[in-house]
Amino acid sequence: MTEEKFVTCIVCPKGCRIKVILDEGDILDILNYGCKRGVEYAREEVMAPKRILTTTVAVQGQNIQMLPVKTEDAIPKELLKVAMHETKDLSVEPPIKIGDVIWPNIAGTGVNIIATRTLDANV
Amino acid sequence: MIYKELVVIGGGPAGLSAAIQAYEEGVQDILLIERDFELGGILKQCIHNGFGLHIFQEELTGPEYAERFIKELKKMNIEVILDTMVLEITNEKKIIAVNKELGILNIQTQAIILAMGCRERTRGALNIPGFRPAGIFTAGTAQRFVNIEGYMPGKDIVILGSGDIGLIMARRFTLEGAKVRCVVELMPYSNGLTRNVVQCLEDYDIPLYLRHTVIEIHGKDRLEGVTVAEVDDNNLPILATATYIPCDTLLLSVGLIPENELSKLAEVKLDDRTGGPIVNQRMETSTQGIFACGNVLHVHDLVDFVTQEARLAGKGAADYLSKGKVDNYADAIPVRVLKGVRYIVPQYFQGKEMLNGRQELFMRSVKPMDKAKLIIDSDKGVIKTKTLNYVKPSEMINVALQKEELCQANPNYLEISLQEVGDRS
Ligand SMILES: Cc1cc2nc3c(=O)[nH]c(=O)nc-3n(C[C@H](O)[C@H](O)[C@H](O)COP(=O)(O)OP(=O)(O)OC[C@H]3O[C@@H](n4cnc5c(N)ncnc54)[C@H](O)[C@@H]3O)c2cc1C
Ligand code: SF4
Repeated sequence: MTEEKFVTCIVCPKGCRIKVILDEGDILDILNYGCKRGVEYAREEVMAPKRILTTTVAVQGQNIQMLPVKTEDAIPKELLKVAMHETKDLSVEPPIKIGDVIWPNIAGTGVNIIATRTLDANV
Repeated sequence: MIYKELVVIGGGPAGLSAAIQAYEEGVQDILLIERDFELGGILKQCIHNGFGLHIFQEELTGPEYAERFIKELKKMNIEVILDTMVLEITNEKKIIAVNKELGILNIQTQAIILAMGCRERTRGALNIPGFRPAGIFTAGTAQRFVNIEGYMPGKDIVILGSGDIGLIMARRFTLEGAKVRCVVELMPYSNGLTRNVVQCLEDYDIPLYLRHTVIEIHGKDRLEGVTVAEVDDNNLPILATATYIPCDTLLLSVGLIPENELSKLAEVKLDDRTGGPIVNQRMETSTQGIFACGNVLHVHDLVDFVTQEARLAGKGAADYLSKGKVDNYADAIPVRVLKGVRYIVPQYFQGKEMLNGRQELFMRSVKPMDKAKLIIDSDKGVIKTKTLNYVKPSEMINVALQKEELCQANPNYLEISLQEVGDRS
């Protein structure tokens, strides 16, 4: 069974709608791309799309309730919701430095969740 | 009375960079006033990544971007007062501010940099009939609730307007477990970056209805739903297409307006096109010694350009303070906007007084164009042309003009236009 998928390329502002034809999960053909960079992008988007996750975790502070955090690296797109679930009940106590590891190995990806701001002890 | 050489109003990325630059240019007695309890401005709530690609060549989140500048500022001898709101400024550069503990502050300064940012358009600016139930927020307010206060304002959401903040919030709400039904956009194209359309909507199968709008709001105490309809060529709803969509929350992502209540008090002239002050090449307003940068000047989609512009304002203020009172509009030539261009900053130019060997012109197009020719024309003939690919109103265009290019021609005015290539009209 062949299947068609559409990928909007974000490598340049042209934003080509690239068509990827798949057969049992294997790429048969890639069409409608404006340049070669789009082919690579579309292949990765269809086979193994990855994203950086940014979210917040609770803080036990006075003025500040939430600490913004992110995955240190991009993680597989299908694990974003799992990762959100894993960080849901986390809570941290200041002081925290920007870049501190807040939660290791999110969703078994080997990627850490790190703080994206500094919180002094008395916030 | 407190005396200061330079006062910067607002501690977002614009105010931070402007203060740092002025300090580096030799201004010693600087005061930065911020109404919030910490520095960083709107970036503190923009927890997503995508900031700083131009300035740092890496992708930072909003808080990370802000922290780099806050750290730099703290190393300098720049005085900062937080929790302090500026209430009034005059063209004589007197400032009245109020602080929770210190009460009213009277400040006399020689120069001011305006960096108050912008505010969001609200439903009042839109005219949708229906009651005003709870559950209608601007996208930025919702962003603050979720990211700063840790509170979800709703579970079942419709977003009106495809600006970047709305798109970013569509993803944020979805990841937090809410249902985002759709994004409704009046224009035939999205007002956000393509990257945000892909990574915030397509990734989560959230539909984007172009050429649609919300025509009715349902619910009395709490929002219960909205009626959405397609619009015709005159942007009037086609009633036959009206569809009811149940939801408990409507987010408005319909644009930002520069925050210029203070500027008006100091007799700063505003540009109808940008909603911000009219400025010259050093970001100086029509009131001598008052400068502006960032979203108070015109609404930016990329914070990198805010930083760039703020550095120019900081340098401009330092130039003003060191040179004494040069008339900021004597022999300044106007930069006019013609076909295809919605606005331009700066609106005036003194070629001889340019601070750097080159100067960036910031502008927006009136419509999307695959290929466009930018023409900088003058009474002395065409000064510069440039071909641009994939121009969109939502993505600011910046073009540098070299000092020699301008001084050689010595024009009496500049006229900027954007011509669609292939369009012969
Ligand atoms: C809700 C929202 C979300 C945004 N999201 C993005 C995004 O995702 N990506 C992006 O690139 N850009 C985004 N922008 C645009 C963003 O605002 C700019 O990129 C940049 O942050 C503007 O910097 P600024 O310093 O001009 O304004 P701001 O960051 O808004 O800073 C203005 C500061 O001035 C202070 N202030 C205002 N009035 C007074 C007063 N009277 N007295 C004392 N202090 C005062 C405010 O408290 C604030 O700290 C967003 C804008 C808004 C409104
Ligand atoms: S395929 Fe090439 S031309 Fe098309 S959007 Fe991607 S990078 Fe740009």
